[in-house]
Amino acid sequence: MARKILFQQAINEALDQEMARDSSVIVMGEDVVGGTGGNGEMDAWGGVLGVTKGLYGKYGDRIMDTPISESAFVGAAIGAATCGLRPVCELMFIDFLGVCFDQIYNQAAKFRYMFGGKAKTPVVIRTMIGAGFRAAAQHSQCLYPIFTHIPGLKVVIPSSPYEAKGLLIQAIRDDDPVIFCEHKALYAMEGEVPDESYTIPFGEANIVREGSDVTIVALARMVGFAQKAAATLAKEGISCEIIDPRTTSPLDEDTILESVENTGRLVIVDEASPRCGMAADIAAMVAQKGFASLQAPIAMVTPPHTPVPFSGVLEDLYIPGPARIEAAVRNVAEYA
Amino acid sequence: MALSREDLLEAYRRMKTIREFEERVHVEFAKGGIPGFVHLYAGEEASAAGVCMNLTDDDKIASTHRGHGHCIGKGVDVHGMMAEIYGKRTGTCRGKGGSMHIADLDTGMLGANGIVGGGPPLVCGAALAAKIKGTGGVAVAFFGDGASNQGTTFESMNLASVWKLPAIFVAENNGYAEATAAKFSVSCEDISTRAAGFGMPGVTVDGHDFFAVYDAMREAVERARGGGGPTLVEVKLDRFFGHFEGDNQNYRAPDEVKHVREQKDCIRRFARRVTSEHDIAEQELAAIDDEVAKLIDDAVAQALAAPDPLPADLTTDVYIKY
Repeated sequence: MARKILFQQAINEALDQEMARDSSVIVMGEDVVGGTGGNGEMDAWGGVLGVTKGLYGKYGDRIMDTPISESAFVGAAIGAATCGLRPVCELMFIDFLGVCFDQIYNQAAKFRYMFGGKAKTPVVIRTMIGAGFRAAAQHSQCLYPIFTHIPGLKVVIPSSPYEAKGLLIQAIRDDDPVIFCEHKALYAMEGEVPDESYTIPFGEANIVREGSDVTIVALARMVGFAQKAAATLAKEGISCEIIDPRTTSPLDEDTILESVENTGRLVIVDEASPRCGMAADIAAMVAQKGFASLQAPIAMVTPPHTPVPFSGVLEDLYIPGPARIEAAVRNVAEYA
Repeated sequence: MALSREDLLEAYRRMKTIREFEERVHVEFAKGGIPGFVHLYAGEEASAAGVCMNLTDDDKIASTHRGHGHCIGKGVDVHGMMAEIYGKRTGTCRGKGGSMHIADLDTGMLGANGIVGGGPPLVCGAALAAKIKGTGGVAVAFFGDGASNQGTTFESMNLASVWKLPAIFVAENNGYAEATAAKFSVSCEDISTRAAGFGMPGVTVDGHDFFAVYDAMREAVERARGGGGPTLVEVKLDRFFGHFEGDNQNYRAPDEVKHVREQKDCIRRFARRVTSEHDIAEQELAAIDDEVAKLIDDAVAQALAAPDPLPADLTTDVYIKY
């Protein structure tokens, strides 16, 4: 039965149901319990934003606080995955990848291939992405293109509570390492979520809105902004089709190409930096494989190629919003 | 538990297999038949054997770029290893890993590693899995004096200690991180003293002496299996070859390697002791020598004759696209 819950509750529910189903699923990370070794209560935080709250009471030692040693505990999650567990490891902010990246891209990503198909590494690394919290340059980035670049990693970017739950359960059951990116501005988003367990396959884009004039590809928080823009543009007589790839690796190229075949016009909205980002990647793919369908240049709506600024005035300018999406769509739609 | 005659002969066989394997790879590499980077373990055999003689197939090890000895010590098939080093389809990793990435999860070998300090975090996970599953298994991180300076190693020792993991950190200090001396790059006389900072016991042993390594490791393994947490064991030893094949080693004294080979050969030392103290005849060791020589000859011959990977293998064992 579906009912409305928050994005962060959907994450918690996915972890809860998988931990109940499979005793090899464990959770580790900084303050995922919160309170270990202190003088107060256990499960004091349940994750820095409370996403894992309550799991300790149900699963005890299968959810573990760690020292602030990302290389060690991310690596430990990866090592445990090669030895028969299914760890879900929390890298609090994706910005912290710099202090543990080797374990992810040189170790986990490569084991299956480098060991001739004889190893599997079923680890999930949950991590927060995104700007909008005045959290400044080291706690606000959307670094998923860096992971998408690495063969052997799967990269998942949910845009709603429904997607968050189904994709996380899929991620936990997947035998490859998965980077699961949670946009912090979506945690409070409410949406319909079935209470039973379900999975959403990787590499299958969601057509969020059907339309005939312009294709908009958007990820994470940008999906909601694209929907707002599409509603405004509909009143002007521009019909937008919105595609949420949901996973950037694997990427559902076919759904994007089919949509562009119908519309002939493409706008890609991505909160990641523009150089070597998902927008550039998808644009290049469509230019190569869908050139004959295109009736206008492809437009990319991204932040400027700068660090994320602190000042609210600047950060609001930095984040692509509905107005910029609308402007890009109008440009592309009017191109003769 | 004292080592039986069979154990001693097995230890000798493993050390001798490592030595012959490495001496032969050195020769074959010089002929130009072996591609890529190769780092040889010859001279350090007492460490791999002394550690691994304490382990079972259920125990795990993570190795280093200098990993052939650890593989053989842990029981990885020598034919598969040799074929892997030649990049052949019959190799342990089907030719996709090479010398620096030989892994065999069936024997508990989690992989040689091209990244200095790459192994210790993985070992924390292997030890955690053993602890959670209650297998009684232990996990061993081999690393060198170079990796003893990596943050990943420090983090892992701390994590292993606070989680009380059945992990053992084996620092193989051969005096050189590539071409830079440990005397310069390691800030303390004995790496084992760093254990104190992580709340675990630390011990330094003579890595030219199999028995010293074996005994220290036995104590560490017993502690780990008994729930007593991790140990740092520093093994001081010498390598017979350079950092990699092709290294002219002019950072070492002119007669340094000659002296090491003549005075500090762990296999000769082992042979002297077991033939004088343990009722093992020289002929028994000589018979093992012959068997090992044939094994390595056969491994090279088979590797040379083995097929290359198929072009289609390029895109298997990883998803490309759904």
